[in-house]
Amino acid sequence: MAPENKLDKSKMVVVEGSYAVAHAVKTCRPNVISAYPITPQTHIVEDLSQFMADGEIPNCEYINVESEFSALSALVGSSAAGARCYSATTSQGLELMHEVLFNVSGMRLPVVMTIVNRAVSAPISIWNDQQDSISQRDTGWIQLYAENIQEISDMTAQAYKISEDKDILMPAMTCMDGFILSHVYEPVVLLEQDLTDEFLPAYEPERILDPKNPLSFGAFADPNYYAEFRYLQEQAMQKALKKIEDVANEFYDIYGRYYGGLIDEYRTDDADIIIMAMGSIVGTIKDLIDKLRDRNVKVGLLKVRAFRPFPAEAIKEVIKDSKVIVTLDKNISLGLNEGALCTETKSVLYNSDIRVPVIGYMIGHGGRDIKVDTIEKIVDDAEEVIKTGIRIESQFADLKEELL
Amino acid sequence: MKNLFDSGHRGCAGCCDAMAAKFTLMGAGEDSIVINPTGCLEVMTTPFPETSWNVPWIHSLFENAAAVGAGVEAALKSLGKENTKVVVMGGDGATLDIGMRSISGTFERGHDLTYVCIDNEAYMNTGVQRSGATPYNASTTTSPSGKVSFGNPRPKKNMPAIMAAHGAPYVATTSIGFPKDMIKKVAKATEIEGPTYVHAHAPCTTGWGFDTSKTVEVAKMAVQTGLWPLYEMEDGEVTKVRKIGKNVKPVEDYLKMQRRFKHLFTMEGGEEEIAKIQAIADKNIEDFGL
Repeated sequence: MAPENKLDKSKMVVVEGSYAVAHAVKTCRPNVISAYPITPQTHIVEDLSQFMADGEIPNCEYINVESEFSALSALVGSSAAGARCYSATTSQGLELMHEVLFNVSGMRLPVVMTIVNRAVSAPISIWNDQQDSISQRDTGWIQLYAENIQEISDMTAQAYKISEDKDILMPAMTCMDGFILSHVYEPVVLLEQDLTDEFLPAYEPERILDPKNPLSFGAFADPNYYAEFRYLQEQAMQKALKKIEDVANEFYDIYGRYYGGLIDEYRTDDADIIIMAMGSIVGTIKDLIDKLRDRNVKVGLLKVRAFRPFPAEAIKEVIKDSKVIVTLDKNISLGLNEGALCTETKSVLYNSDIRVPVIGYMIGHGGRDIKVDTIEKIVDDAEEVIKTGIRIESQFADLKEELL
Repeated sequence: MKNLFDSGHRGCAGCCDAMAAKFTLMGAGEDSIVINPTGCLEVMTTPFPETSWNVPWIHSLFENAAAVGAGVEAALKSLGKENTKVVVMGGDGATLDIGMRSISGTFERGHDLTYVCIDNEAYMNTGVQRSGATPYNASTTTSPSGKVSFGNPRPKKNMPAIMAAHGAPYVATTSIGFPKDMIKKVAKATEIEGPTYVHAHAPCTTGWGFDTSKTVEVAKMAVQTGLWPLYEMEDGEVTKVRKIGKNVKPVEDYLKMQRRFKHLFTMEGGEEEIAKIQAIADKNIEDFGL
């Protein structure tokens, strides 16, 4: 059983999601923050800038870079020089960072970056989906997705603890849905400084740029060496599977708050239908599940917190006795007609002895509102799959046929 | 003095980059962190698991060395290690072309670092393609001379002026043909607070087409013709110039040393083109009072 979330209501304040994240970053005591403003990430970096202007983040430099490319590039240098580093971006900014993302993880630099998920251009859209971070899945970054403001705030500290572990040393993206979480005010417990100092030790890397012990970072590897670098990165990702769980538990022990480790479950124990999803949509799904359970529809939720590393075994354990799995994806791999969660889930099941059908829905693209009715219809479809098998494996959930 | 840039690297005989790296570190000293963008210098000095660098060294990407340098500087500041010098060494492509945004941002923000551009006037690591630093009429693999072309159609981008326009407190040009000049200017640049820029002319034996024993001679000739003036700028004003005086040489003497200008001596209309290059040198001599 998952630990019970103990929110101390006396500590709660009503703040904007972006503020909660900025506050969490401050509490983690970063040494270098480097970021470029982009909607809807702006409030985070504005709040951090104000903290800097007020002298509230000691021993920290904030670099007001001229692009996202330089935002992350600067952190390559900062992290290699021994600094705890932070950035935040979204959408076009994250895509502009693409080349640097590989570089950061290849050099094993534990940078933490908040992704305020937003659709990608064209057509240009400032609204939420998760195409931006999902498209960076192969860059060697740990990817965690948060359900609400409390979780994204707390996830910041968790991410540093995971990334900076000497067995891991892989960078992490903490992902929050743009506007839905970044610009909404909710009651939250802001990350506590005293508890964070206990939870997250100071960053003390073993290998840094230091004239007293000169090392070369970023050497070039010929075919005799390259593959082993890649293999070791994958090994680190596999170790991160356990670390993410451990850190969630350690966080619970100190703060009393818990949102799942690699995954979380909601009413899955006897569920015939299991909905898999990531991010803020999870709250909507939970409400619907309560309603459907009242009508004796046996439906549950598998919330995927860690998309990278992909929690194959944790997922299998939850869904093995179900009758149908429904994946909801705010992204699409064009040319495959599937969202990432759909594809990955099928792939981890294929060589197992679990024979549960998987159907996928692409939903909420470019910020389209995800209505409870839409998900309810999807559950209806899933019930049909149990009776008659799969008719459509993957489809858009909310197309306006009249516009096509 | 400790050899901060070691032997055993994979550079060509007569390699300009190796000389530039050595002179730069002689100027900057051992309490330095070096940042290299992708390029010949990076590739030839760090074939894993070997390295030529006896100072801490980092290579990230092709277009971001100045930003990485900014990040190193910020980290040193936040960790209370301000005395260590941050030195970026980038080629002309990494500096003037693909890294332009990065260096512009870093200089505008005023980071305390020294950027040394090693200018061999084309993309040598990938096989001599033109860059924004390739001079007028040089034949490269992407600006070849041909029946209807004299080679590169544009003069060099004036990078030192651009860096001075960023408000850099110190900008200097130098040449690997004048080691003392280069060492002195790098040392001065690293002592001055803020973003400082040293642009080193660096003839490439393979890319330019001259014998491996002639690197220094070619470099000197560029200066003696006035095609590469050596000067210092402090707070935007030219404060010092290396005079050529009566020893000034015609550009023809410089051009004929190199295969990349050979077509100017064989093609019809070549003489007029050489005259245009002479005009560039003459203007430098006049502008800087060489």
